[in-house]
Amino acid sequence: MAGDALGWWGVPLAVAAGAVRVSTPFLFVSLGEVVTETAGRINLGLEGTLVMGAMSGYAVSYVSGSPWLGVLAAGVVGALLGALHAAICSLPKVNDIAVGIALLLFGTGAAFFLGTPFVAPQAPNLPSIPLGFWSGLPQIQAALQINALFFIGVAAAPALAWMLRNTGVGLMLRMVGDNAEAARAMGYSPLTVRLWATVFGGFMAGVGGSFLSLYYPGSWSEGLSSGQGIIAVALVIFARWRPIHCLWASLLFGGAGALGPALQSVGVTGFYYLLNAAPYILTLTIMIIACSPDRTLAGAPSELSITK
Amino acid sequence: MLLPPGLAVLGALALFSLFLASQGVNPLEAYGLIWLGAFGTWFSWQNTLVRAAPLLLTGLCVALPAQLGLLIIGGEGAFVLGALAAVAVGLPLDAAGWNANLVLVLMAVCGIAAGGALIAFCGLLRIRRGVNETISSLLLAYIAIAVMNQIVAGPMRDPNSLNRPSTPTLPSEIMIGDIGNTSIHWGLVFGLVACLAAYVCVYFTKFGFAARIVGGNARAGRVVGLPVERMILAFCCAAGGAAGLAGMVEVAAVQGAVSADIATGVGYTGILVAFLARMNPLAIIPIAVLLGGLDAAGGLLQQRLGLPDATMLVFRGVLFVALLSAEGLQGRLTRFLPGAA
Repeated sequence: MAGDALGWWGVPLAVAAGAVRVSTPFLFVSLGEVVTETAGRINLGLEGTLVMGAMSGYAVSYVSGSPWLGVLAAGVVGALLGALHAAICSLPKVNDIAVGIALLLFGTGAAFFLGTPFVAPQAPNLPSIPLGFWSGLPQIQAALQINALFFIGVAAAPALAWMLRNTGVGLMLRMVGDNAEAARAMGYSPLTVRLWATVFGGFMAGVGGSFLSLYYPGSWSEGLSSGQGIIAVALVIFARWRPIHCLWASLLFGGAGALGPALQSVGVTGFYYLLNAAPYILTLTIMIIACSPDRTLAGAPSELSITK
Repeated sequence: MLLPPGLAVLGALALFSLFLASQGVNPLEAYGLIWLGAFGTWFSWQNTLVRAAPLLLTGLCVALPAQLGLLIIGGEGAFVLGALAAVAVGLPLDAAGWNANLVLVLMAVCGIAAGGALIAFCGLLRIRRGVNETISSLLLAYIAIAVMNQIVAGPMRDPNSLNRPSTPTLPSEIMIGDIGNTSIHWGLVFGLVACLAAYVCVYFTKFGFAARIVGGNARAGRVVGLPVERMILAFCCAAGGAAGLAGMVEVAAVQGAVSADIATGVGYTGILVAFLARMNPLAIIPIAVLLGGLDAAGGLLQQRLGLPDATMLVFRGVLFVALLSAEGLQGRLTRFLPGAA
């Protein structure tokens, strides 16, 4: 951009700002999925949940005029999809990965169908907190427009880590995920625990979706999410099932996602599509490095089908 | 054996009726239109079969690795790369004056190789690094689509495609023709042959038998000395090759050029095809025709009832969810039958 006061320094700034902005959906989906996976189940359908949450959040915000009501609605819809996943997985001989794929297709299809009337109108968006008021530079002001949901997510990470480590609920979740037989012997029903863990995961993914449609990019369209839900599931493996690590990983992936647009804004457009694929490439590379053929991953819940 | 898919279709029809009714549409009218648009006339039959052709191959892309217990869902990526490789080879060779039939064969070979390489990479990651193949294949699909877009926008761009980057169009002599007087292209035959070959290989050869042993219990397979790793690579390669061939057919029989429109989602529909066919390559044929019909009917629903494009996506999703539930329920039902374990 000509006349840019920051020049090339705008790139790292835009990446850092983008990391905060793009990472929020990753953060919510992965924090929810940490709980689901800790209980020993994997929900690949969160991609569908994310899209469904984006659509319903946008629709409710448009109809009611309150974006926060939209966030809540997105969470509830996500929780319902999570309950559906858990209900089907409770049946004998059902593979949770296959159910996830089915719900991925179902969620995106249903969101596209129900969302058709909401492609054109503009719904009220979530407000952001202007933390850059002290600076005269518009880029810095823009970079420090941070959404409240981001702070909620950042606060949720240590809260969940504490919950999983120190509370009875956390202990129960971990026991069900590590040894369902032992949990059953203690009188807990693994299916019920997993139901609530998946419902929680769905709720968080729904909220993450509402961030997409209500803040950034900030409108509903069919191309809104392209694999953020799947990346977040992979991110949980990279974060070794630790909520705090999910926060750092989300920021890293958010930064990778912001790299393409940031370079484009200073005129580097040569590898536009490849740069936009940076989060997928990063995810795959990290999975290749993090996984190992002959030992289970440290910290992996041993009932988890994906690491067996 | 046939019970879960049958139950699933009935259950999905019932659920989808409720959905349609909630949208103010008479379900019976909608089903009548779906039937008409899919199988009602010779014209709709031809449309259905054209849409079924790629599904036969992308269904195989899921069903073949599933014999070994692997769930590959990145067929869309292999499909896109297959199309791109076919154009990349076809255009210069045709310009150099090579025999058109030979060029077509080479295009198919390169399409198969490109798709096969992508899915074989998933298999390799699984063997060498223990990376979950479901996630890696989906990530690779997104990456493959980005690579395709980059190449179409850059080195292979037709200078005449202004707003929507696209490769140059294949000249007519290296396009796959139609069968007789129909509008059905020969690509359908490729799909049918591939399904039959896969069926014979899986159920009537020693290799296929070994694969099913590994799928049942990989450790047992290793104990009896089966080359599990090599089998995984071979099946993944064949699976990706099938999807790559589907991409080559799509570009050489339908679209004529590669652009962002090449990623039509048939790779993802193939997942549903394979699950409905219970991973049996022969059963993929009727299921692909059924889902091809649903696709073909989508346009009619849109015209007559004003239902959006995504209606058929919803129906597919409902069908998939119903199928998995039905399989689970069957386990519960048979438990109460006499003689069941």
